Amino acid sequence: MIKGLALLSFCFISGMWCGAMLGSWLGIDANVGGVGFAMAFLLVSKEYVTSKMGWNEEFAFGLDFWNKLYIPIVIAMAASLNVKSALSSGLLALLAGTLPVFLAFVVVKILLKQVNSEK
Amino acid sequence: MKELDVILDKNGLIVAFLIVGILTWATDVFSKKALNGRIPGSALAIGLALVLGYLGGVLADGDQGLADLSYFKGLSILGGSMFRDFAIVATATGASFLLIRKSGMLGLISLVLGIGLFFGMGVALGWMMGYRDAVSLCTIGAGACTYIVGPVTGGAVGASSEVIALSIGTGVVKTISVTILTPILAKWIGLISPGAAMAYGGIMGTSSGVAAGLAATDPSLVPYGAVTATFYTGLGCLICPSLFYLVLSTLLG
Repeated sequence: MIKGLALLSFCFISGMWCGAMLGSWLGIDANVGGVGFAMAFLLVSKEYVTSKMGWNEEFAFGLDFWNKLYIPIVIAMAASLNVKSALSSGLLALLAGTLPVFLAFVVVKILLKQVNSEK
Repeated sequence: MKELDVILDKNGLIVAFLIVGILTWATDVFSKKALNGRIPGSALAIGLALVLGYLGGVLADGDQGLADLSYFKGLSILGGSMFRDFAIVATATGASFLLIRKSGMLGLISLVLGIGLFFGMGVALGWMMGYRDAVSLCTIGAGACTYIVGPVTGGAVGASSEVIALSIGTGVVKTISVTILTPILAKWIGLISPGAAMAYGGIMGTSSGVAAGLAATDPSLVPYGAVTATFYTGLGCLICPSLFYLVLSTLLG
């Protein structure tokens, strides 16, 4: 279990490091895509480990535990944010949560016309 | 009671596990019994958590939502940026090269199209509502992608707690609208084949919304939609705070 967790931690730290380096290289005070880099590292190293040692339940558990904990963490985060002052912009959340969805359905329809007619 | 007070006060993080667990259990039951599983329990739980964050902010008159009340202060540890980013990286466990090959070119096109579309619309609406700085606009646009990409992006570029709350709220509304609209519009858009479900999953992106929407349309399509939706959040977390943020901050000077 701890080996899987250690691999996750290693990928996390190196990804964040890449993000921070990229940020300072570009001259902006932000972690540029660190989470994304870390995910890419995890994807690659997980494939490498599985191809070397095969799929190991115990190893995967260390990763899977955190994979499943992410929704609870987002719940905790949502409850500890400054929602009170965000409420004045609540209309924006409603609009930005619905209007693009309608447009996306139109785009899917156009794209699927091509997909379905190819077959 | 004094003893309990001390214990609750000392073990904030453990109390947070308990609160989130109870909240998840309650919304799961409500989603299954009252809504017939039509709206994903996770979206309901996050929505309810935002409501609780509002109540906490009003009661304690602070800016950390429910975590301003001393009993609930552990929520800000569990929901802090370290655990959040760590758990999101762990979600890459669900992806593999096999899945990437499976989703192929169509998957890639739909993912890029989907993220670009939601981000662009989110930024445009944020601009119309009076936000002018690249950090806030980028976070709102990312929130229009999913309720995960929003806070990850906001955290990376240094957005305020208020804007991050707004981006999560936007993402939750998106998940619910995708869930409700999918079964209604499925016929009209031609959502009939596994390939179609993959393209749809890549454009819509929100994995819980895609899964619930497809389940209500045709349960056999769920795994195909999930293949591409899995990559949406990861790709969003990679390009929103990097490429898209750079473009925005260049455009806005």
